Amino acid sequence: MTTDQEPGLEPGALAGTPASGGFFSAGRGPKLLSAGGGRAAVVSTVSTLVVLAALVAIFLAAPGSAAVRHTFFDPHDMWQSFIGNPHKGYYSVGEAIWLNIRMFLVAEVLILVLALVVALIRQSTGPVLFPLRVLAMIYVDFFRGVPLLLVVYAIGFGVPALRLTFVSTQSFAVYGVVALTLSYSAYVSEVYRAGLNSVHQSQVAAARSLGLSHATALRYVILPQAVRNIIPPLLNDFISLQKDTALVGVLGAIEANQAAQIYGSTFFNYSSLTVAAILFLILTIPLARFTDRLIDRDRRRRLAGAVT
Amino acid sequence: MTATGVPATDAMTEAIGVAEVYKSFGQNQVLSGISLSVAAHEVICLIGASGSGKSTLLRCINLLEPISAGQIRLLGHDVTQPGVDANLVRRKVGIVFQSYNLFPHMTVLRNVTLAPVKALRMPRAQAEAAAAELLARFGLADKRDEYPDRLSGGQQQRVAIVRALAMQPGIMLLDEVTSALDPELVAEVLEVIRELAAGGMTMLIATHEMGFARDIASRVCFLEEGRIIEEAPPAELFTDPKDDRTRRFLRRIVEAGRM
Repeated sequence: MTTDQEPGLEPGALAGTPASGGFFSAGRGPKLLSAGGGRAAVVSTVSTLVVLAALVAIFLAAPGSAAVRHTFFDPHDMWQSFIGNPHKGYYSVGEAIWLNIRMFLVAEVLILVLALVVALIRQSTGPVLFPLRVLAMIYVDFFRGVPLLLVVYAIGFGVPALRLTFVSTQSFAVYGVVALTLSYSAYVSEVYRAGLNSVHQSQVAAARSLGLSHATALRYVILPQAVRNIIPPLLNDFISLQKDTALVGVLGAIEANQAAQIYGSTFFNYSSLTVAAILFLILTIPLARFTDRLIDRDRRRRLAGAVT
Repeated sequence: MTATGVPATDAMTEAIGVAEVYKSFGQNQVLSGISLSVAAHEVICLIGASGSGKSTLLRCINLLEPISAGQIRLLGHDVTQPGVDANLVRRKVGIVFQSYNLFPHMTVLRNVTLAPVKALRMPRAQAEAAAAELLARFGLADKRDEYPDRLSGGQQQRVAIVRALAMQPGIMLLDEVTSALDPELVAEVLEVIRELAAGGMTMLIATHEMGFARDIASRVCFLEEGRIIEEAPPAELFTDPKDDRTRRFLRRIVEAGRM
């Protein structure tokens, strides 16, 4: 297909285009494109620019374009909401995103631990652990079935209402982290379980046949292989977790989304939401690209393994 | 160790005693009252068609599969009575599988030292020195830092044998260890087993290599439907089988060009 393209399209004609050869052909090029080579890069660059230009044209030509641009993309409002002004009653979205990052980092660690415990319980076989297995199953079914938003409400408003010492006097961010951990651990435990199942039974036999105890075999032989297999789906869940920290805003915690909402309802200008969206993208895109790279590396390793 | 059912010595005359062992997987009876005695330093080969129970017998002796009925004695101790610590038994009985089953995420050296370090609590330096010596003995000295997927099948299987030997077992069980290998790689693995036999290792070997069985075994057992049909020194069993079923099996092997 690269050989017969439109006659007017000579590679030299596009030499001056800034995007050609830069973003698309550097390193990531062959993975983004179906075929490598200079001509293919030029064609894909042009087609991308054409599509983008068409989208921008539609946006600009829409009857309500001016209003939307003013409400969502006003540079002045974007900047004001980004830096914030507590004296005028609105918070900095740029500062509030740090709460999202902190909640994400803490929840991530807790989820990795809790999910593993749940997965190991569900994978256990001993009759003694039967009641625990049932509990773990109910836990996973429950938290996978109930919308995260409802869990956030239940924990964030329900636990303080119990008026217990310590437990009921934490900040909304803490309740948010608890809700995120409970909900995501249910999903992630299933990812772990898939990983544990992906390790062949013969590996267990080999480890046990050497006289290794069940726990030692699990720790040194089974888990390392299981975790390696599930890193891409795990990172995928964490990308999702990063943006779901915004749900904690419904409790009143000043995270990026909530700060943006406050600005929006103060000035009837929602450019602040655009700022929040951009900040979330800045957080999630690097992790997404990193996940892609891992998947790619894993695929190549498997292919290489299949050849030998 | 003696108190827990595994003696530290293999000076007894009987290394493995299998008495009237039955094993079923659900409705499927795989071992039907099998009995076998292996003396210390003896090499016994198990032959028979796929599904005749050879592998299952080896896995039962290693306690990887619980038996349905019967008794298994290893180095003079009944290992099938309740309360026996299977981990202690397995440390004295090495098993090597058809599909190598090396740990793919560990180097050759780590594969070999994992069990001595974690199960025997041997200091790492000591375990690595012992492993290096074993690897060198089987021509694998230059592979110690490779990962299994960089090795040929024959090399992987030799590493698997070294990994089992690193636990200094008194008995080795070999489960069709050359069946997954390309023909040109079979010899190097058989050579390792010959060396073990020459060193006096007690071995129970399930194999399809009839020529090898004839060379190395002091006795050959022919299994069918979970029973030992015939048991004799190789010269006798291969040239003058007594049972019709043995004769039929050997004829099929010859017709398939495997002997």
